[in-house]
Amino acid sequence: MTAVSKTQEHVFTPAELKRARYLGITYIVLALFVLWFFGVGSIGEGDATLKLVKPTDRFKEFPNLVLPAAIFSFVVAAMFASLGAIQLTRGFKNMGNVVLAIVLLFFVFSFLTWAAAGKSFSFVGMMQETVKRSIPIALGAMSGVLSERVAVINIAIEGQLLGGAFVAVVVGSAVHPWMGVLAAILTGVVLGWVLAVMAIRYRVDQIIVGVVINLFVLGLTSFITQRILNDNPQFNGSEVFRAIEIPLLSDIPFFGTVLFKQNIFVYVTFALVAVLTYGLFHTKWGLRSRAVGEHPKAADTLGVSVYGYRYLNTLMGGAVAGFGGAYFIQGSVGQFDENMTNGRGFIGLAAMIFGRWHPVGALSAALVFGFAEALSGKLSILQTPIPSEFLGMAPYIVTIVVVAGLVGKARPPAADGQPYIKD
Amino acid sequence: MELQLRGITKRFPGVLANDSVDLTARSGEILGLLGENGAGKTTLMNILYGLYTADEGQIIIDGQERHFEGPGDAIEAGIGMVHQHFMLVPVFTVTENVVLGVEPTNFAGIMDMKEAAREVHEISSKYGLEVDPEAITEDIPVGIQQRVEIIKVLFREAEFLVFDEPTAVLTPQEVEEFFGIIRGLRDAGKAIIFITHKLKEVLKISDRIAVLRDGKVVGHTTPAETTQEALAEMMVGRPVDLLVAKDVASPKEVVLRVDDVFVTDTRDQITVKGLSLEVKAGEIVGIAGIQGNGQTELVEMLTGMRPAASGAVYLNGEDVTDEGPRGIHSRGVAHIPEDRQRRGLVMNFTITENIVLNTYYDPPYSKGIVMDWDAAAAAAAKLVELFDVRTPSISIPANSLSGGNQQKVIVAREFSRDVKLIIAAQPTRGLDVGSIEYIHGRIVRARDAGVAILIVSTELDEVMALSDRLLVMFDGKIVADLDPTQVSATDVGLYMAGATP
Repeated sequence: MTAVSKTQEHVFTPAELKRARYLGITYIVLALFVLWFFGVGSIGEGDATLKLVKPTDRFKEFPNLVLPAAIFSFVVAAMFASLGAIQLTRGFKNMGNVVLAIVLLFFVFSFLTWAAAGKSFSFVGMMQETVKRSIPIALGAMSGVLSERVAVINIAIEGQLLGGAFVAVVVGSAVHPWMGVLAAILTGVVLGWVLAVMAIRYRVDQIIVGVVINLFVLGLTSFITQRILNDNPQFNGSEVFRAIEIPLLSDIPFFGTVLFKQNIFVYVTFALVAVLTYGLFHTKWGLRSRAVGEHPKAADTLGVSVYGYRYLNTLMGGAVAGFGGAYFIQGSVGQFDENMTNGRGFIGLAAMIFGRWHPVGALSAALVFGFAEALSGKLSILQTPIPSEFLGMAPYIVTIVVVAGLVGKARPPAADGQPYIKD
Repeated sequence: MELQLRGITKRFPGVLANDSVDLTARSGEILGLLGENGAGKTTLMNILYGLYTADEGQIIIDGQERHFEGPGDAIEAGIGMVHQHFMLVPVFTVTENVVLGVEPTNFAGIMDMKEAAREVHEISSKYGLEVDPEAITEDIPVGIQQRVEIIKVLFREAEFLVFDEPTAVLTPQEVEEFFGIIRGLRDAGKAIIFITHKLKEVLKISDRIAVLRDGKVVGHTTPAETTQEALAEMMVGRPVDLLVAKDVASPKEVVLRVDDVFVTDTRDQITVKGLSLEVKAGEIVGIAGIQGNGQTELVEMLTGMRPAASGAVYLNGEDVTDEGPRGIHSRGVAHIPEDRQRRGLVMNFTITENIVLNTYYDPPYSKGIVMDWDAAAAAAAKLVELFDVRTPSISIPANSLSGGNQQKVIVAREFSRDVKLIIAAQPTRGLDVGSIEYIHGRIVRARDAGVAILIVSTELDEVMALSDRLLVMFDGKIVADLDPTQVSATDVGLYMAGATP
């Protein structure tokens, strides 16, 4: 009892050992796959040219990435095989997930060189698209982080995005685009309030409330679109915010184009991730929020208002999701379509889990999903033999496999989804 | 400083939890509040801490009446509470847990964790409460978590410290250390209220003792003026036999043999690590140990609810390692589970339904696929009578019984069959003294009838009194095989902590 704490040597549990073995086998299988399909499959197809700059960029002479498709895939296959061997024999200890990320990255590159063998395509354009497409997913995920950190499960993010988008287009075209954004945020807050009252005060099952909100918003917006918007196009066309080039930063080859020639939604999202991360882990608000999500009774006995924090964060989450809804209009196409969010809210939730309820993790996961969407768009242009619909699906399958089996168990806030009853 | 409770009364539907209670706590003094489970101790303290509002009565601090709307007000008034179940966020650091709710912040609301850690360190060195401010709470032992709770209270500058059953989770050595700490706090001028149902402890640590029974204060005394027996009588309301009356055991053939078993828990961690033991007919074998050393998984494995990762279990020489709960039950094993409300009873089933829960599929309770409820009701009525279950009817749900009577229903169900082995986990946890006496008596009678009995309990006094042979479990293994009449509680405590006396 004199030693207060000691650093413990990590002992692997049977589950971890099993997982390590599966990973090793997966790497070897991937090596064979890359070797056969991407390596042998692109022999004689020539080089793949990945363009890293656009003709409009300041340093447009910046060289492109030219990779000999077959040889590159052979090298990747050899690398996977050796990583698999190391994983099976002595493991990577704490570096396991880093190695996994590297393997997935190279797998994607190998795939790209195969798809683009003998052709050239704009890698920079695809990455720019990736960032754009990840924005609504990331905002949905941030909304989820906000509410689930206080243990309120928000399935209604999808509905908040869709409702936000709808209101953004109507107010945006009738009044002013900025007012549209503001109205979208308010819509998210109102829907968040409905969820909060139902879940916190009346302790209705949170999943059911969420589903009901989603169906309600979908039905209502579809109805109004068919009955009113379709005949009155003056209410269904808002100005789209143009990209803002950040001075100097946007001149950086490749990264400048990808990150700093985007519209305001992208910058706000990045800022939000930073603010949320700092807020959750370095402020009073964050500490109390996390306590409410992990052990509400402990928070309550210390005089922290469990209900107060649950309301506050659920409403803030609603605001973030509503803002994400406005992205579909003012940040993207300027026009509303029935069910135009098409499951982005749910993907946002998946990104939140994939990112382990951490804003930075959730953003990274959103970028992965965004990349998947951008990739399937690009591939239909490259005319690979694989149907683009299948390619659009494949990254999600990979994600399910990765989340379920390889990343290891994510740990949600301990009280997640449980109503708090003061006795 | 002085804290007075005057005429506190609190009613719950159908229950008078506190009946005009008067209590006084003073600086530099330890007040022991003794009472059985259900006597109203916790209700009283929840009123003091602002979690409940009293229907009648006053809380007076230094002559001034105070009203508490919530714990925040009570903390403000200098009251600090160390709850029986710790109120710590497992994933937070020690410092984060301490400052939660009263975070030191700069002008922008950003926490100053350096300053916080410094203050935690200052308190811990001032009162001898050694902790690592940076440690993650779930990684530190329970005894140290309790220090964190105390630091939490001191950080809020509490003058009145309430401890609710603080020793329930501690080893005997940790209890000694803990007593040292609270004596230190008393000498530093704090007022301490120590709530317990343990007679020995209240005599050892208190300056004054108040006894609570059925929501009323039934007596005030001091350790110098009273004895364990007198206190027990005050607490229960009638003379109590504190010792378990039993003759020397006469063990016969081996009934249960466990051979080098490994078991993993729900999180796939190995918690039983190569354990072997034997239980003979006509003997009571007790397993002592601090909670979380694999006892739960061991019992679940023995009763067929959890598979063994390796090793073997023999029942009367037959290999039953891979049998499920019904296979084990039907071979004459009775099981009194650790968590009676989740594993022992279906809480909204009636007493009759609970009584036939593991025999309903056999005659006379079922004929083919049809249940014979009359036969079941007849059996239930007989057992309720025989096992002294206090209930108005056999057709009321189990959740309307008191804890002691719920446990008696389980005992009635399990003991009334033709059993060869009884496995009882925490058989008397949370029960009143009367029920404990009764259940102990039943267990001893079963032993004398030639049943093999395995008791797993974290209450050291209980296993020491009841067992004929005492095993100590630590870190998934049996570390000692002792004769309870020949060994001291201190030595057993050392084994429980993984040391050797």
